[in-house]
Amino acid sequence: MATGDQTAMAKPVETVETPAAEGHDKQAWPLWEVFVRSSRGLSHVHAGSLHAPDSEMAVRNARDLYTRRNEGVSLWVVPASAIVASDPDAKGEFFESPKGKDYRHATYYTKSEGVKHL
Amino acid sequence: MATQTQATLQAVPSAEDEAGQAYFDKIIAEDSRIEPADWMPEKYRKTLVRQMSQHAHSEIIGMQPEANWITRAPSLKRKAILMAKVQDEAGHGLYLYSATETLGTPRDVLNQQLLDGKAKYSSIFNYPANSWADMGAIGWLVDGAAIANQVPLCRASYGPYGRAMVRICKEESFHQRQGFEILLELSNGTPAQKQMAQDAVNRFYAPALMMFGPTDTDSPNSQQSMAWNIKRFSNDELRSRFVGMIQEQVKVLGLTLPDDKIRYNDETGMWEHGELNWDEFHEVLAGRGPCNAQRMERRREAHENGAWVREAAAAYANKKAQKAQVA
Repeated sequence: MATGDQTAMAKPVETVETPAAEGHDKQAWPLWEVFVRSSRGLSHVHAGSLHAPDSEMAVRNARDLYTRRNEGVSLWVVPASAIVASDPDAKGEFFESPKGKDYRHATYYTKSEGVKHL
Repeated sequence: MATQTQATLQAVPSAEDEAGQAYFDKIIAEDSRIEPADWMPEKYRKTLVRQMSQHAHSEIIGMQPEANWITRAPSLKRKAILMAKVQDEAGHGLYLYSATETLGTPRDVLNQQLLDGKAKYSSIFNYPANSWADMGAIGWLVDGAAIANQVPLCRASYGPYGRAMVRICKEESFHQRQGFEILLELSNGTPAQKQMAQDAVNRFYAPALMMFGPTDTDSPNSQQSMAWNIKRFSNDELRSRFVGMIQEQVKVLGLTLPDDKIRYNDETGMWEHGELNWDEFHEVLAGRGPCNAQRMERRREAHENGAWVREAAAAYANKKAQKAQVA
């Protein structure tokens, strides 16, 4: 799965100069994707993004923006430009191979139905 | 001749666009979600950028009427609560800008649109907050209307918008309850305090109802937004639902709503209310409300006063990066 919202967008943002992007300040603070671990034992999950001048400020801003109510015990910030996403145009094809391989799922094996502890 | 050929070519959608449209239609028909990298109709993208950025701007401008009362809040507890609430509004604005950026419009461009007066924000924030009771009325009625509007938006077809709304809705319920409590305490206080609460409700009632937007007959974009599963209910449906909720809640407050036309219509299953002054709504939206100029001036001032902070932080980050390169 593509991770951040922006990352999935990385390609259009970089390559398509939409009319709306006119007047964009190239010196603007870079974009960071924020991941929050809500409690010990769970993975970091993508929460959103923010702008910050450097990684240190990004972590601080992420704390203020995404954990105002004890939502996290750990934060990751990643420069949005550093995330590589699967090709959005490939749609289904990229994930084609697992399809039709039902035998990779336990539910494929029905003959053992009713047998205990199996 | 050459130009003519070109024009004809442009009029015919490319194979890629056709495939994109078919895929988009399928996702909408399945009531699934569109994600940032998906192909989407240009109008869908534009509608979202407009709606989401207006929403973000509203949160940012919405900080002003309440921030105005932080220094005058009647107790340390109320001050702390109000600060937390104003901080939340800033947070909501940032969640929404972040979601809007996924559509390809950079943050500073969105910000500039607000500063230049090219972008709109909710008409409600152009009304003054005259008394402490207004903090109560804003929480109960304005945030209440916002919640009624926003809960269905959690299921908006654009993924990042829906996710931002989920986060916002969780936090808004604190806003509404604290407003209700302010009014309840005033209502149970001295006659003068009760009058202050009633006066605030009287002033915010109609503007809060207008937050749902023009009537369905006067809201040309609604239909398309509903077809795209961005909007789930019409303006009038949401407004009617909200009237039903507050006409019950106001009894607990021991106050009244300034509208003697409120009644439940058994046939339509809708709550009805008195006529709203739509001329006033359009005037405020066009920038001629009681506080438009003041709000925009304050916003520009804050942006300009923060310029040195943004520059210093960028310069410091730059210096650190250069040092790291040398080392």
